[in-house]
Amino acid sequence: MPESRIAMSVRAPKDTVRVIDIAGELTAFGEGVLTEAYEDADRPGVKSVLLNFEKLDYMNSGGIGLLVTTLIRAQRKGQSLGAYGLSDHYREIFSLTRLDEAIGIYDDEASALATT
Amino acid sequence: MDQRKDDANWSPPRQHLEIGDSPADFNTGRVQGRRLTGPQQGFGQLWQKTYKVAIPNRTPEQIIATWKAEYGRFWPSNSRFYAPVTGIKPGEVGLIKSNQGPVPLSTGVLVLYSDDTSFSYMTPEGHPFAGFITFSAYEDEAAGTIAQVQLLIRTNDPLYEAGMIAFGSRAENKMWEHTLRSLADYLGSSAPVDTSIVRVDRKRLWKNFRNIRYNGALPWVRKVRSS
Repeated sequence: MPESRIAMSVRAPKDTVRVIDIAGELTAFGEGVLTEAYEDADRPGVKSVLLNFEKLDYMNSGGIGLLVTTLIRAQRKGQSLGAYGLSDHYREIFSLTRLDEAIGIYDDEASALATT
Repeated sequence: MDQRKDDANWSPPRQHLEIGDSPADFNTGRVQGRRLTGPQQGFGQLWQKTYKVAIPNRTPEQIIATWKAEYGRFWPSNSRFYAPVTGIKPGEVGLIKSNQGPVPLSTGVLVLYSDDTSFSYMTPEGHPFAGFITFSAYEDEAAGTIAQVQLLIRTNDPLYEAGMIAFGSRAENKMWEHTLRSLADYLGSSAPVDTSIVRVDRKRLWKNFRNIRYNGALPWVRKVRSS
């Protein structure tokens, strides 16, 4: 498989919240990177995982599929999954694919943290 | 990192399928105006099914260009795909007639995404599945170029879920294995098709039980029960 062109890191702005900062291209080839980031974020007591898309360059339908499988993992653990930093274009894609009905969409980190 | 613009690769925003000209022998009532359904709008367990075949000596771009241009050619003879008049392009709708199960099926798919090395469909209400079907090709160091179909799907309602358990899952596997086998033959490869099936979510989404009202097989089921 081709190398993924994505980097992710995990932060803890609150005890109960983890943020996964996503930079680069989210495609099916990023599966290992996203799985590792989610496993890093999935600590005892974490109730919400937020995906920060401010540095997302590109996403294809394989990337949308990865978000669905991450959503299922989070739901299995009783966690909510949220997203912020999406451009208008990607907000439309979340709406088109109806991911926005299952993943909370926020304007920025402050509003996401205020709700979680 | 170079920024890639993908606006033109995605379907324009829409919630319902809108079809233009359609074949005279196709019942558009089961497609026109139907709402799109992602995996979270379906009912059954969530599956990720991946079918792959090696096609050496072809680039991913060549494989996808052929696949798009000749899409229906690779399907089994008991199913028919009516490609959009303008080709497999984002936002277009493909129509499907199938006689795989006990009841003939007429449905459609939205071309959700398309670029030089992949394209994806999203299904509507009344389709057996809720989710995405992605066709892609990529370079693999060991095998050369790989052509792949990946489904991320739940059945859309309890009736389809029962059918999937009884016979549908095997039929689905056979259909995509046939498709990849035909594509590989057409492009000069005799490599075997590899199938990988992962159950992503065991839970059934009972809140979506009422999707059954869109199931085209309901009249047939009522008829069988009353006879």
